[in-house]
Amino acid sequence: MSDVSYGEISRNGLWHNNPALVQLLGLCPLLAVTGSVVNALGLGLATLAVLIGSNVAVSLIRHRVGDAIRTPAFVMIIATFTTCTEMLMKAYTYELYQILGIFIPLIVTNCAILGRAEAFASKQPPLPAAFDGLMMGLGFAAVLLVLGAIREILGSGTLFANMDLLFGPMAANWGLQLFGEDYGFLVLILPPGAFLVTGLLIALKNIIDSRQQARLAAIQAKPVKGSKRVRTTGAIQ
Amino acid sequence: MALGRNSSPHTNGPRSTQWVMQQVLIATVPGLIVLTNYFGIGTILNILIASVTALACEAAILKLRQRPIGFYLRDYSALVTAVLLGLALPPLAPWWLAVTGSAFAIIIAKHLYGGMGYNPFNPAMVGYVVLLISFPLQMSAWVAPEGLLIDGAIEAAGAMAPDFPTSLQIAFTGSPIDGFTAATPLDAFKHNSGLLVEQFYQQTPLFAQGHWAGYGWEWINIAFLLGGCYLLARKVFTWHAPIGMLLGLSLMALFNYDGGSSASNGSIIFHLLSGATMFGAFFIVTDPVTSASSNRGRFIYGALIGVILFLIRSWGNYPDALAFAVLLMNFAAPFIDYYTPPRTYGHGKSGTIIHRSKED
Repeated sequence: MSDVSYGEISRNGLWHNNPALVQLLGLCPLLAVTGSVVNALGLGLATLAVLIGSNVAVSLIRHRVGDAIRTPAFVMIIATFTTCTEMLMKAYTYELYQILGIFIPLIVTNCAILGRAEAFASKQPPLPAAFDGLMMGLGFAAVLLVLGAIREILGSGTLFANMDLLFGPMAANWGLQLFGEDYGFLVLILPPGAFLVTGLLIALKNIIDSRQQARLAAIQAKPVKGSKRVRTTGAIQ
Repeated sequence: MALGRNSSPHTNGPRSTQWVMQQVLIATVPGLIVLTNYFGIGTILNILIASVTALACEAAILKLRQRPIGFYLRDYSALVTAVLLGLALPPLAPWWLAVTGSAFAIIIAKHLYGGMGYNPFNPAMVGYVVLLISFPLQMSAWVAPEGLLIDGAIEAAGAMAPDFPTSLQIAFTGSPIDGFTAATPLDAFKHNSGLLVEQFYQQTPLFAQGHWAGYGWEWINIAFLLGGCYLLARKVFTWHAPIGMLLGLSLMALFNYDGGSSASNGSIIFHLLSGATMFGAFFIVTDPVTSASSNRGRFIYGALIGVILFLIRSWGNYPDALAFAVLLMNFAAPFIDYYTPPRTYGHGKSGTIIHRSKED
């Protein structure tokens, strides 16, 4: 089972099996906190940390924990890492912690994390498991970021506002004001906007995938060099 | 949702979607004229901007979806959506409001769900609601109706419907004056506290100079009622949905009428002739695609819209709520259909639940 290549893992985590766009897991925080880039980045990083930690820990105990109790054990591990992350955020980014509120503790219930523990980490050695956690976490965080950026730009007319909540005083003037506050497309900040933009992102990914597939099929359908037979129908296999 | 598949005999006539949509467009004319009379040229501008945007979006999406463009543009359905949205917008809306609203209505509410005949929600109302929750400031820019007298004199410029050049300027470059707004009757009535309805009517010019439900607005509603009667006479739709809605609204107003105290929710005539009541009853609730499909179902559908409309008007945060009521009931239309199957020809009275065969 340990013959999964790192390239495959990264491709899966970032694109082909992206937790947010393909598995559609962890949608609750995805939809709830992506009103701005800083919120999205905060939750993305927290999820990433928990995902790597839990994947490694699950992988380490995979031979010791029996099938019967594996789910409670995984949940305990994830809850431990979530609590650690929560305390760290409370210590270093208190304001952001207050904004994200219940969604930090709710990382425990993020199915993407339990899903990776169950589907990957419990069958793999620690190193690939950690790498899988990293890539899945990055894939999730990337979608959060794109979603946060789109909703922030259209909904409130800003980009990277309040980044000092995460990066300290040096980021205080990173924010860009793109247009007046009165003209924000408020529906995108509200819950329907989260569903709309997520749906459009998934549609975009599907378009890209199907175009790529069509291109691949076209390449593979080219006649093999040296073939002497004349064919009138179909493609040469 | 596709139109219901009923068993034979089917009525079969020469009327096409195109004909129906043309009739609807014709029927909006009296309402449009009265609106323009009271609020200036703004509504016509809105309709023009919305129509151009809607047709452009429709053509673009049809091209993307590889559908026949000319065929679908000629059925006027996009135009009807745009006109209904344009009628619902405040007359002094900036141009981008109509553009955003109609683009959202056509692209998201209509074509993402499968296009003509497949949209579960009324596109014009989706566009309106999106604008209402996104741009509450611009969406409440109603002015005082033309000719309203305040303290014996015509009100100073600022709350009155502007003339044509000013309207153009407001639509495309923004308002030169910040205060181009005045409360609509529903809004004014909602914020009445402490006065008996009779006193309130006497002290508020909007009501004192009107006959039943506020100066200007009552005639707008009567004009839309006329347009609706024309559509009824041409048998574009049956009476069930609009009458159901008016009945639901009236009964709610009747049951909650307290004789005109300071906490009154308004009389029947006030509710029937203010806000978007008649426009909604005859132009929105009657949409064949998004309403229930049987006559009995349509009556229930309309009646519940009337009930929700009254509930939100009386106890909600928004002064008028037609769009919300319609969208809520659009959700419920398939559910109503499920319990109101029409009687199959040659069979007894149908049960309340469709017994689906296993192949379904």
